[in-house]
Amino acid sequence: MADFVQLWVYLSSTPLFGLTATLLVYVIAQAFYGRMGQAAWANPVLWSVLTLAGGLMLTGTAYPTYFSGAQFIHFLLGPAVVALAWPLWLRRDVLRARFGRFAIASLAGGAAAAVSATGLAWLLDLPNDVLLSMAPKSVTAPVAMGVAEKLGGIPALAAVFAVVTGMVGALSGKYLFDALGIGRDGTGWMARGFALGTAAHGIGAARAMQVNADAGAWAALALGLQVVFASVLIPLVARML
Amino acid sequence: MQALRGITWLLLLQSIGEVISRGLHLPLPGPVVGMLLLLFALRWPLVHESVQAVAEFLLQHLSLLFVPVGVGVMTHLDVLGRYGARIAIVIVLSTWISLAVTALVLRALMPKEPASDG
Repeated sequence: MADFVQLWVYLSSTPLFGLTATLLVYVIAQAFYGRMGQAAWANPVLWSVLTLAGGLMLTGTAYPTYFSGAQFIHFLLGPAVVALAWPLWLRRDVLRARFGRFAIASLAGGAAAAVSATGLAWLLDLPNDVLLSMAPKSVTAPVAMGVAEKLGGIPALAAVFAVVTGMVGALSGKYLFDALGIGRDGTGWMARGFALGTAAHGIGAARAMQVNADAGAWAALALGLQVVFASVLIPLVARML
Repeated sequence: MQALRGITWLLLLQSIGEVISRGLHLPLPGPVVGMLLLLFALRWPLVHESVQAVAEFLLQHLSLLFVPVGVGVMTHLDVLGRYGARIAIVIVLSTWISLAVTALVLRALMPKEPASDG
């Protein structure tokens, strides 16, 4: 028993632990998601986060210890943002022909997210640093962290808000679109995918990709546009206020 | 080999993006500048072929990449304990508002025709 405890203390303090645990839990969550017929509530990010955070707290493992291994996965967010050029490039003809319309929808959705988040946070009397960390919550996590830092928010909190926003969008988007009468035809899938990529960034886009390939492509395009617009406009607007 | 070249291109463009972003004090973060650079570089077949495999793989498993940051929620339990309910209300409502606005605006702007697979 003492040997086992010693071994655990050793293993849990190496980067190998955080990296292996993240991949293992995610692969299992992904399999469970598939088994449940890709039901929205079985979202693999949600269950991976809950399982890992719960496991770390139960075993008394500190987050920095976990992150020393998980950072190798976290690091890939940067190259993944660069890779967003790929779906934009694939749809370059539609994008060029209708850039104005996509830009308007992206700006409207992004503004709605940032204004409603900060407005509601202000109405509910949340502290200023929490409010500022809310502003970029619809932008994909690494960019949200950068924007929050420039605004004077808390980057780590902004990242958590962004992840929760993505999960809310991925979990409830379907019901909202049905309630709004958005169809499941070509234009409907475009509107659904584009909205998920705009309001719920990478997690929403991942959900869209799993539901419908076409919606997924529009979501990736929306994500790329949102990243560019939000990272320029949110700090600019904040400076003017 | 293509995948190796692909990830090298992504990291190289991200690094150049970082240099440009910091050097010129741009509001755009380095990876976003890298994305714009890649958008131009993709017309070059050498970049195109190697980036394709890696980009598709990364974007397919995009949700995995958010897990480490998401687990960080455990370090903010004090803030969430104090303001959790209000934070949840703000996040849920503003996400719905943004989803609805985007979907309705785009649908209103698009002509009624089946979307083409560009």
